[in-house]
Amino acid sequence: MSQVLDFLSRTQGKRRLSTSDTLSYLYLMIGTFIMFAPVVWLVMSSFKPVTELNRFPPRFLPYRQVTITLEEFDKPLPLWEVKYADGTVRKMAEVSRISIQYNLIDPSKPTMEPEVHRLSEMTRVEEVNFSLENYTVGVQSFNFITYLINSVIVTVLSTLITLAVNSMAAFSLSKYRYAGRDVFFLVMLSTLMVPLSVILVPAFLVVNSVGWSNNLWGVIIPGAATPTGVFLLRQYMLTLPDELIDAARIDGASEWRIYAQVILPLSAPALAVLTIFSVMWRWNDFLWPLIVLVDNDKFTLQVGLNSFRGDLQTQFHLILAMTVLTLLPITIVFAFLQRFITSGIATTGMK
Amino acid sequence: MQRPPDLKSKGYREDWSSRLYSGFVSILDIAFSALQSAVGIRGMAYVFVLPNLLIFGIFILLPMLLNFGYAFTGGSQLYLENRPYVGTANIEQLFQCEDIFDYTTCREDGFIRAIGNTISFVTSQVFLLVLFALLTALVLNRKIAGRAFFRSVFFYPVLLSPIVVALIWSWILRENGIINAFLGSFGVGKIQFLADVNWARFWVVMISVWSQMGFYTLILLAGLQAIPHDLYEASQIDGANEWQQFWGVTLPLLMPTMLVVLVLSLIRAVQVFDVVYAFTDGGPGTATLFIVQYIYRNGFVGNRRLGIAAAASLVMAGALIGLTLLQFVLRSREGELIEEEERASHEPSA
Repeated sequence: MSQVLDFLSRTQGKRRLSTSDTLSYLYLMIGTFIMFAPVVWLVMSSFKPVTELNRFPPRFLPYRQVTITLEEFDKPLPLWEVKYADGTVRKMAEVSRISIQYNLIDPSKPTMEPEVHRLSEMTRVEEVNFSLENYTVGVQSFNFITYLINSVIVTVLSTLITLAVNSMAAFSLSKYRYAGRDVFFLVMLSTLMVPLSVILVPAFLVVNSVGWSNNLWGVIIPGAATPTGVFLLRQYMLTLPDELIDAARIDGASEWRIYAQVILPLSAPALAVLTIFSVMWRWNDFLWPLIVLVDNDKFTLQVGLNSFRGDLQTQFHLILAMTVLTLLPITIVFAFLQRFITSGIATTGMK
Repeated sequence: MQRPPDLKSKGYREDWSSRLYSGFVSILDIAFSALQSAVGIRGMAYVFVLPNLLIFGIFILLPMLLNFGYAFTGGSQLYLENRPYVGTANIEQLFQCEDIFDYTTCREDGFIRAIGNTISFVTSQVFLLVLFALLTALVLNRKIAGRAFFRSVFFYPVLLSPIVVALIWSWILRENGIINAFLGSFGVGKIQFLADVNWARFWVVMISVWSQMGFYTLILLAGLQAIPHDLYEASQIDGANEWQQFWGVTLPLLMPTMLVVLVLSLIRAVQVFDVVYAFTDGGPGTATLFIVQYIYRNGFVGNRRLGIAAAASLVMAGALIGLTLLQFVLRSREGELIEEEERASHEPSA
């Protein structure tokens, strides 16, 4: 206990926790619970069979009834604990059931004549069991791999295109002087606050007339010219000294080389931030893919999960498992890159 | 962030990825050099901006202009050339009410309700969001063991997609769910959270705060860490306690960051759609029907009323632009204040 206290007050330089420190840790503990508990609960639930899911009040761990396999019977028999009138408790196996009457035998005497018991005398013998059944059944109608591939294609290509297109534009806007530059920048800035969701109908018609409806390109390209990205990169590139460019020109570098081998490497921190944003936006994007994509084999994970949810309104056990599958990839990525991601986003707030 | 990375420690080590990159650059250089000799250095500026300009022009600017076309034309035709011009009839129809304060008298009562719902959602959501984000950032800004861990914990829900967030919470809030079990242990009967108007509204606000708070916490935390430490030391010497330091040092210096957070969260809140779409689908009834969903329903579901959807978009875009302008006004006023303070602090020494 004192070691824990040592750790908690480590950065304080003193042994005792002050009241405000205690309150801070209390806040963080409650916060951690609120942030994580819903996801943990979902994951736990996804391992439970339907009967267990319908149980009220629910239990934290996934349980299932223990079964016993006897030579004399084809199927495994569910085990029950039976309380007799004299107070003794015995484990019995269920052979058959007629309405509310259960026929039970003693597993050690398989040939005995079954005793008849009622549910009021019986309790299930249970064990903790993480069943993968919801997952294996779920993926039969939820094309996880297809959706995952589509989501990865959309996220990776969008991010690459966004980075390329935005950084080139930012380079042009920050390092050249030409007619129309400021007009373009202002027009783009003014749309910064008007999201795609506001112009859904005409944006869809444009994509449709380009022939990209029900096509991953229709999801990838329209969001690639993000005003946010151009703005972020331009502001960063403005801080890079123009002398670098002049020096490179004197050395005979083409404008393309100046962009690709002088400016881009120096803009790495800003590019990293835009990468994080772009991946987050694209991976979780829902409304736009929902409108553009029609066929099941084109769906991204989010749209796929939504249609799965719509198709199987009542089969919540499968939806739970597929929700876990959907949140798994980004959770794994976050687990490895969390420090990088959180500090990257924090730096954008400095503006 | 402002300083270019240290070249000695990082750059110019020839590993395979940098070789691949320079090979890639060299190949493209052939094409771009040819282009450059054709258009000149000045022309290259246009070449670089062109891809972005094209995508932006076709998929953002053009739809925006088309949106005006739809907003001022009627009928059920999809293509603009077949739609008759109706002037401002669509916009007028949206606000056609006998009594503007009673939505049941409105022709488009869904729209008026959506506006009302959006306003009440935005105010409560932004208030709670900023409050909790600030509180969390303040706690995380203290000398806390495991700060990086906690920072990640609060950020994690931000990464979850709206659909996942909605499914997680509808599972928790269902009639036989864990919340009802928890309340049941205090003798409270089962509540059908998503079938009750007030509960549904409450939980829509809660889950969107839950899922977005971490992002703003990070931004506020960065703002807090940018406050110079000497100010705290100086105020401590002057005898200020933690509470006075918060009001006298932290809050005033955090104001610019707060403003950014406030405006960003406001704009996002006005646009709320996907979480709610998957969580309550606007229900029960129209209790959680918000503007974007109203636009979506009119534009893409059932018999489409594109003109009405586009007109509603215009109204919403107007509101968003208003909010953005508000930010600029507040910012510039704050800039003036800071300048004045600086001038005042320099005068005595001059």
